[in-house]
Amino acid sequence: MVLNSIEKLIEKYDNAETTLEEEAQLRAYFESDDVAPHLEHYKPLFQYFSLSQQEQYTKDVPLKPKKTQLYQWISVAAVAVLMLGIFIPNWQGESKSFANLTPEEQEAITQTMEAFNLVSLGMNKGKQQLNSLAMVSENLNQGIEEASRLSEFSKTTNRIFKNK
Amino acid sequence: MGPPIKLVMKQADFVSLVMPFKDKVFRLAKRLLVSREEAEDATQEILLKLWNNKEKISDYKNVEAFSMTMTKNFCLDRLKSKQAQNLKIVHSNYTDNNASLQRQVEAKDSMGWVSRIMDDLPEQQKIIVQLRDIEQYDYAEIAKMLDMNETAIRVNLSRARKTIREKLTNTHRYGIK
Repeated sequence: MVLNSIEKLIEKYDNAETTLEEEAQLRAYFESDDVAPHLEHYKPLFQYFSLSQQEQYTKDVPLKPKKTQLYQWISVAAVAVLMLGIFIPNWQGESKSFANLTPEEQEAITQTMEAFNLVSLGMNKGKQQLNSLAMVSENLNQGIEEASRLSEFSKTTNRIFKNK
Repeated sequence: MGPPIKLVMKQADFVSLVMPFKDKVFRLAKRLLVSREEAEDATQEILLKLWNNKEKISDYKNVEAFSMTMTKNFCLDRLKSKQAQNLKIVHSNYTDNNASLQRQVEAKDSMGWVSRIMDDLPEQQKIIVQLRDIEQYDYAEIAKMLDMNETAIRVNLSRARKTIREKLTNTHRYGIK
């Protein structure tokens, strides 16, 4: 390479104006054996750069398939949600008493209560019918007992016949 | 790089992702922390940090640039905490006491001189010389890694190169005499 152009490149290099390609040219020049004596002192610099570039990281890194932290946080989130569920109703203040409600609200509650009462009436009727069913089953049990007595009776009669 | 599809990254995928630049991380760490052992520890910690964040990694367009930024921040933090522990004072005492002897030894070894000159540069300039003259990143990449504009990087780089050249010229003359 022409010495003149190398000198120009060095000037550009010092001003941080060289491109990567130009810097590669400089490196190539200073790694060669015919460096001009007055530029000799640049040689170790570029040699140093080339040498440093070859340094490697040789240690192993123990990569463990670590549990993602997400799972740990899910339990925390779950507890938080539970706590919120417990505390939020309290934050809403005291529940209103029936007397404090507006007439519409009162009416709504009375209607709901009536509806519930109707349902429970029907339920009670159903229950009474269930009671009669239970009575039937009681009678049935009595019948079974009598039937067993009857079989006992037949056993004894059999014995009597045998003894005869 | 393809579209940012989130995949479960396996160990082998991670290693092949990190492989191309793990040495660059190590060399930047060594440039800043000087000691090989400390640089190895730092590299290991950075790679582990990357591994533990591997789900997020696929979101980054440029994992290498991200890792270099991380390395820079990590090492600067470490230097700061070392300074806080007064370790640096011990270190500089050591070099002061042995400066003349060490220089005599290193005068024979011009490469050692360059290394010493580099060690004396301000951290910002060290990082920029490392990224440009050794790793050969273009200015746009360095700007991104260091969160600086390209002009500021060129100014710092020029300053560093001139300092190195000056000291090297002096050393050279001293060596000849």
